[in-house]
Amino acid sequence: MRGLAARGYLVAVLSLSSCSPLQSALAPEGDTADAIAWLFWFFTIVCAVVWLIVMVLLWISLTRKRPDSPDPQLKPDRSRERRIGIVIAGGIGATVVILAVFTGASFFSNKSFAEPRPHGLTIKITGHQWWWQLNYEAHQADQTFETANEIHIPAGQAVRLDFESPDVIHSFWVPNLAGKQDLIPGRFTELTIRADKAGIYRGQCAEYCGIQHAHMAMYVVAQEPQDYAAWRAQQLKPAVVPKSAELRRGQQVFISNACALCHTIGGTSAGGHVGPDLTHFGSRMTIAAGTARNSFGNLTGWIADPQHIKPYTRMPAVALSGPDLIAVSHYLESLK
Amino acid sequence: MSAAPKVLRDGDLGDLELDERLRALWQTPRGFIGWLSSVDHKQIAIRYIVTAFCFLGLAGLSAIIMRLQLATPDAHVVGPDKYDQLFTMHGSTMMFLFAVPIMQAFAIYLVPLMVGTREIAFPRLNAFSYWMYLFGGVFLWCCFFSNNGPDVGWFSYTPLALTKYNVGHRADFWAQMITYTEVAGLAVAVQTIVTIFKLRAPGMTLDRIPIFVWGSLVTAFMVLFAMPAVMVVSTMLILDRLVGTHFFDVSLGGDSLLFQHLFWFFGHPEVYIIFLPATGFVSAIIPTFARRPIFGHTAVVLSLIATAFMSFGLWVHHMFVTGLPRLGESFFTASSMAIAVPSGIQIFCWIATLWTGRPRFATPLLFVLGFIFNFVIGGLTGVMVASVPIDTQVHDTFFVVAHFHYVLIGGAVFPLVAAIYYWFPKVTGRMMSETLGHWNFWIAFIGFNVAFFPMHILGLEGMPRRVYTYSAEMPWAGLNLLSTIGAIVFFVSFLLLAFNMARGLMRGAPAGNNPWDADSLEWATASPPAPQNFTRIPVVTGPLPLWENRDALPAVAGLRADRKEVLVSTLTEAEPDLRATSPDPSIWPLLAALAIGATFLWSIYTPWAVIYGALPIAITLTGWFWPKGTKEDES
Repeated sequence: MRGLAARGYLVAVLSLSSCSPLQSALAPEGDTADAIAWLFWFFTIVCAVVWLIVMVLLWISLTRKRPDSPDPQLKPDRSRERRIGIVIAGGIGATVVILAVFTGASFFSNKSFAEPRPHGLTIKITGHQWWWQLNYEAHQADQTFETANEIHIPAGQAVRLDFESPDVIHSFWVPNLAGKQDLIPGRFTELTIRADKAGIYRGQCAEYCGIQHAHMAMYVVAQEPQDYAAWRAQQLKPAVVPKSAELRRGQQVFISNACALCHTIGGTSAGGHVGPDLTHFGSRMTIAAGTARNSFGNLTGWIADPQHIKPYTRMPAVALSGPDLIAVSHYLESLK
Repeated sequence: MSAAPKVLRDGDLGDLELDERLRALWQTPRGFIGWLSSVDHKQIAIRYIVTAFCFLGLAGLSAIIMRLQLATPDAHVVGPDKYDQLFTMHGSTMMFLFAVPIMQAFAIYLVPLMVGTREIAFPRLNAFSYWMYLFGGVFLWCCFFSNNGPDVGWFSYTPLALTKYNVGHRADFWAQMITYTEVAGLAVAVQTIVTIFKLRAPGMTLDRIPIFVWGSLVTAFMVLFAMPAVMVVSTMLILDRLVGTHFFDVSLGGDSLLFQHLFWFFGHPEVYIIFLPATGFVSAIIPTFARRPIFGHTAVVLSLIATAFMSFGLWVHHMFVTGLPRLGESFFTASSMAIAVPSGIQIFCWIATLWTGRPRFATPLLFVLGFIFNFVIGGLTGVMVASVPIDTQVHDTFFVVAHFHYVLIGGAVFPLVAAIYYWFPKVTGRMMSETLGHWNFWIAFIGFNVAFFPMHILGLEGMPRRVYTYSAEMPWAGLNLLSTIGAIVFFVSFLLLAFNMARGLMRGAPAGNNPWDADSLEWATASPPAPQNFTRIPVVTGPLPLWENRDALPAVAGLRADRKEVLVSTLTEAEPDLRATSPDPSIWPLLAALAIGATFLWSIYTPWAVIYGALPIAITLTGWFWPKGTKEDES
């Protein structure tokens, strides 16, 4: 029941999203994002002052009263030229000092991010065109599990993300928590994130990765440690066994159609690895990598015609009869 | 030589007769073939400028369609496929078909006039470069209109641009277009350098070279060093795609990041290849309208050179989130910030010039002031993105989109429009309307800032670039709508500019030789300049020839009046050295460009095209270089 309550909470938070910035570098909720935001405001204020000074000087240079003398085309006043030269040299000196401070500040800030931090959890994140595969790693194989697009982490703890991409370059970016990190084929990259408090943070792919780059979002759900532990325990279980005739029919439809060729549902014979793992699909907030809310109506529409909701998605439309479509949607929604 | 009859030299003739003879000699032949054979640097520059403006219009329209699509959430103005083609075409056209060519075109027009010579060095190469550029651009847009426009972004990253993820020929078209236009760019760079080094009027020593000419020279050298990198990378990409080399394919031992290093080794200097000529415009315009010589001439020239050197050491700041080692990244932070110093020196010198001068608020100066306002914003956000931690947040977001439009539009297009208002009377002999010019400025200035400033905030609020739509749940709709309105206003300002140019052309007031009372040599000749530019080659006695010689410029005599000759001078002191023959109009550069262009195009479909195409290329080049029996240079 805790899972259900948690989901109700998630939906409630999500529906408030229009008033709380859940994807913004200006509303930091993690230590890295916090440090960057501080640096950003420092740079912004100094730069704004510099810009204002330049504009004031420009304004004065244009509007100041001038003695009523002929055009100075060929006869600039030597001693005044020298004085102005000294002022400019001072201005350049000040510029150099500011730039040196900026360079130092970003160097030390960057260095602090690079230092290895003790972390509990490690999640391997694989970028696909156009969704995120998540593998929660552990020392024992039976403590690992796979999910997609929705990253649950314990609040207040550093979590390490190991990145991989089998196709093109993607970029992992959850601005409230940290800066972005590219996922590059053939290269190992990583990022450590920490959410200060429980909450939902949205992110999306930041490196143009093809035609549905716009619909490659992910959510980080930071939970109180006990909530996280409950979620994790649930994810480790195989999929729930269908209890009604309708749900059993839905499972049958899933397994006997093309669905099972691409998707895995733990505890059933569906074991495809092309698309997201759907073992606990019903517990997720969105479908198609943040493209639509996970509701019965949206899900039915998505299965019936994925190309309509997310054109060029790799998921093909599977021809199902009306009752089959409804049954399979009910079944997937039951996979909490 | 000894048996030669008496040759006719310019010193033997009166002004009128000499002018008539030279006109006949330097005139472009009549008729369509004559028009196609022209090698006159002024005609070719005007073709370049008109063509570049057509591409600006197309790329601007693409931007407007994109802005309409983004004005509201979940819009359906265009689908993702078209949107991706649009932003790729917009970026590629603006960078490769508009910004660089138009700056080079101004150099082609102005440099020979400013250094006081009759023709650019290698005029047939100049004609060839224009045809290559035209074919590359037209070819790219034909692909777009047949729904085959490239869709991988203007920097076409691998592996996305490899055949595995980009079937069909879209990325091939992009790569070949790059090759066409870079051939043109390199050719113009060579001509510019040689013209400035060897064809300066007598007495134009290095310290008397106008700053715009310095800017063109420095830029030409940058082109020479930067463009080969992008030619290499576009060639490697097309080889990967067409003949299965594996430079970038990770699964076969290639490397994804190699492309980015090579591309940005070109791509960052590219920004300064666009920006430095623009600062050259500014340094030409400010003294004219402040009515005094530029403050700190030497400092400004050295800043140009310093910027050019430093611009080759910044490219990694485009790659701060690819996971490169932190210490290496910090070096590029330092270098990216340091380049603000030479730019700062220039800005301080311009303000000092205005401060001690007597400003006259004509339209060119207004656009220059708009440039300072906008470019300083772009420069300062540039300092912000140079910081690795800040960049990890704003990289690939609308913040960066805002930043580089402030740098490129604020830093290059505003000076460019200033330059159009400034030199239009020289090119056409007629003035543009000042009233319309003031309207033009304010509409452009307001439209630009309304369009691009909100993008900073959008980026910080989490909006990545290159998304074709966004959900209504994201708080981005209001600023996007504002930005779209600004973009439309900004677009209107260009329509007004075009109208003002057309109006000026048809019924603008006659300009006279020097309507702005400027100081440099291009204003010494007629408006529009005669085909031979200068009837008598001027002698330069100081850095401000027209201000120092109010009545008439001293002239040098001795060039032949019965043959197309230019005066070759020494590199540093510009002492008269040789008389060189300038080539006659020729159709061969066009034919060579056609042969090479067709081969490039055909090679997209089969590598054998390179073999088959070699024959027509060889024929046309042989025709081009066939000895004409003219006498060799005489000293």
